[in-house]
Amino acid sequence: MSSTSVPPLHLAVALDGTGWHPASWREPVARPRDLLTAGYWADLVAEAERGLLDFVTFEDGLGLQSSHYGELDGRTDQVRGRLDAVLIAARIAPLTSHIGLVPTVVSTHTEPFHISKAIATLDYVSTGRAGLRVQLSARPHEADHFGRRTFPPISLESLRTEAGQERLAEHFDEAADYVEVVRRLWDSWEDDAEIRDIATGRFVDRDKLHYVDFEGRHFSVKGPSITPRPPQGQPIVSSLAHQTIPYRLVARATDVGYVTPHDTDDARAIVAEIRAEQQTAGRADELLHVFGDLVVFLDDDEATAVARRERLDALAGEPYTSDARIFTGTPAQLADLLQELQEAGLTGFRLRPAVAGHDLPAITQKLVPELQRRGAFRQAYEADTLRGLLGLARPANRYAAAAATA
Amino acid sequence: MSKPLKQIHLAAHFPGVNNTTVWSDPAAGSHIEFSSFAHFARTAERAKFDFLFLAEGLRLREQGGKIYDLDVVGRPDTFTILAALAAVTEHLGLTGTINSTFNEPYEVARQFASLDHLSDGRAAWNVVTSWDAFTGENFRRGGFLPQDERYSRAKEFLATTQELFDSWHGDEIVADQATGTFLSDAKAGAFVHQGQHFDIQGQFNVPRSPQGRPVIFQAGDSDEGREFAAAGADAIFSRYSTLTEGQAFYTDVKSRLAKYGRRSDQLLILPAATFVLGDTDAEAEDLAKEVRRQQVSGATAIKHLEFVWNRDLSSYDPDGPLPDIDPDVSDNHISKGRAQVRMYRDPLATAREWRERAEANGWSIRDLVIETGNRQAFIGSPSTVAKTINDFVQADASDGFILVPHITPTGLDPFADKVVPLLQEQGVFRTEYEGPTLRDHLGLAHPDDVREERAAS
Repeated sequence: MSSTSVPPLHLAVALDGTGWHPASWREPVARPRDLLTAGYWADLVAEAERGLLDFVTFEDGLGLQSSHYGELDGRTDQVRGRLDAVLIAARIAPLTSHIGLVPTVVSTHTEPFHISKAIATLDYVSTGRAGLRVQLSARPHEADHFGRRTFPPISLESLRTEAGQERLAEHFDEAADYVEVVRRLWDSWEDDAEIRDIATGRFVDRDKLHYVDFEGRHFSVKGPSITPRPPQGQPIVSSLAHQTIPYRLVARATDVGYVTPHDTDDARAIVAEIRAEQQTAGRADELLHVFGDLVVFLDDDEATAVARRERLDALAGEPYTSDARIFTGTPAQLADLLQELQEAGLTGFRLRPAVAGHDLPAITQKLVPELQRRGAFRQAYEADTLRGLLGLARPANRYAAAAATA
Repeated sequence: MSKPLKQIHLAAHFPGVNNTTVWSDPAAGSHIEFSSFAHFARTAERAKFDFLFLAEGLRLREQGGKIYDLDVVGRPDTFTILAALAAVTEHLGLTGTINSTFNEPYEVARQFASLDHLSDGRAAWNVVTSWDAFTGENFRRGGFLPQDERYSRAKEFLATTQELFDSWHGDEIVADQATGTFLSDAKAGAFVHQGQHFDIQGQFNVPRSPQGRPVIFQAGDSDEGREFAAAGADAIFSRYSTLTEGQAFYTDVKSRLAKYGRRSDQLLILPAATFVLGDTDAEAEDLAKEVRRQQVSGATAIKHLEFVWNRDLSSYDPDGPLPDIDPDVSDNHISKGRAQVRMYRDPLATAREWRERAEANGWSIRDLVIETGNRQAFIGSPSTVAKTINDFVQADASDGFILVPHITPTGLDPFADKVVPLLQEQGVFRTEYEGPTLRDHLGLAHPDDVREERAAS
């Protein structure tokens, strides 16, 4: 039995189409023709909620899915086409009651003002279960969908060059500005700004509404938001990071970072780097979750899981590779791995089901009970908000705090 | 021979950021919590309404450089709330106002196409435009759009989104698990648009939605606005207060359709209207007076006068006479972010007329603002209101109404319970939804049918 001093780990699941393996849509359980329906997503999120998971994330993008990082691939043998992630999350919110809903938003071509009120509204419609996962796009073909900026061709190799790193830094600086604006707008209304004072005829106390007055390189935003401060005050901000520049965004601006360690030492090193950046950012005393991302093929015995992965690889015509570690095995083996990685400093995991219709129920019905048996995961939802589930307090409003000390 | 009775279209505007809402009433609830929206939408659906309508404003209104605090302030994000409402309704159309100035076509098209999928074909877009630098201060592209480019950008924006909606034909997703063919066409969603305002290309990533395209609504009283609507909208919102004005607008707009190859029933005319119900007409009149007193406090009356005078009038007594100074007609307006400002195109003439009317009737500032609140209002017993609405529609003053209750969120309930059954008894309003989509409720063809019709003719 694990020591009782180890805090329970947190579990999220990343939803993307029929699953993360490109041939997942060909599985009998996959429902590829339902991907554009609300019912498909409602069923997946209901399953995740039955498993008491902290939250689900919804992948998204401003272009068709592709097997290449920087361009379209013209393939017709994989799932292509998707719905807006914020709208999916909103559509599901009234059908669920505890699980967090974290859609992906692209910072590069969208407006922080729109996203701030969209996620605030998701927080209202879910009564405190909203978050966002911020993602940037350096892809030239996605820039062409907007026609306001042009980006040079990009590949994972080009990003490793000095010029690539500079470019990446610029995109991440923009993402950091974006998150800063979104967060300021959430705080631009104090919690008690609505007064309905019949004596003076005033609906709000305008002194409790604040201009955010952000001036940055790519945009400036005046504020205040049109949407009052959401139930959580600040919904959860998260992002995926694979190297130093993105780790810095995680450390500076997010509540949850997703990282992709390939072994325990790697996990320890990544966590150390993020914690150091967190210190540099002056947030050392704030709770910042670092979740490990893992693709999972889960079956009752390892051979079945391996065979399933090989069968899907054969259908895809090539072995599946991922930025994240790919786990193939049993729920008990995965529980061992998660606990080992947790000891390296990870506070939770975002599991990417290889086949949503198979591996998500395996997570909720097999892995979760296994972790519960070990005392490593919750037995029931202990909070009504996503912040509550993650152990994050509702933050004070930065403007109210400033006004109080002024 | 008498004409067959027209079927009335009814929609409900969620009461929020406008001076219709009586937030001080003890029955007034939250205008922001989802439970309010859910209650309102369920009432509209119970009453078999065509759709729910949301307005939008992308910056908090200001007066004299300060945030306007006398009406409801604050509202949710349009797309997000509509997507959530799709979960608690089955038939009701979901119409959102989205500004084409502070968005990009690719993003708006994917949001509306997504909403249409997630609601099984109930999405509608009220296209509005802005040239307003004040609102632009909240957005990347700023507020630099010159006013004369307002409709030109809006037209191109709408045309571009239609190209994106049409970039998938609807049969590309094969998803054949046996053969491994997901898409029948690698170029599904391909588009190229080069124009004055947008130069974009690529592949749209939301496959064709149940309605093909969302239903397109448009507001606008100007000549350009009417023309824009006649060219491409499915419905137009209008504003007028009398039967004759309504008929004139109706005739004018419908007559513009032919030159775009459209029939007169392809564009619905739906004015916004408030209502006050009582057990008797007299009781309703009394109640309506009380509602207007609640809507127009002394402070509100002064602020309303400032729209026209464009001056700080805070030193005036709302219970006293109108100011004898003339309006400031400079462009730098005291009131920011309000559509109402544009209603008074000639402030000097408006001020003169108001002074004369106030003097002739012995009205104070507050009386004047109450009396001139020139929105369409149905006041009376349920049978009077049902009859008046039906008379308007049968006389071709409109095809129906978008009702704006003054109480959030229960203000629609009495209309649903008392007026709708009377309209149903008269055979002028549906008792059941005829089909699943908003196009079905509005009697609008599916865009693919229109395309085929045009190709065949």
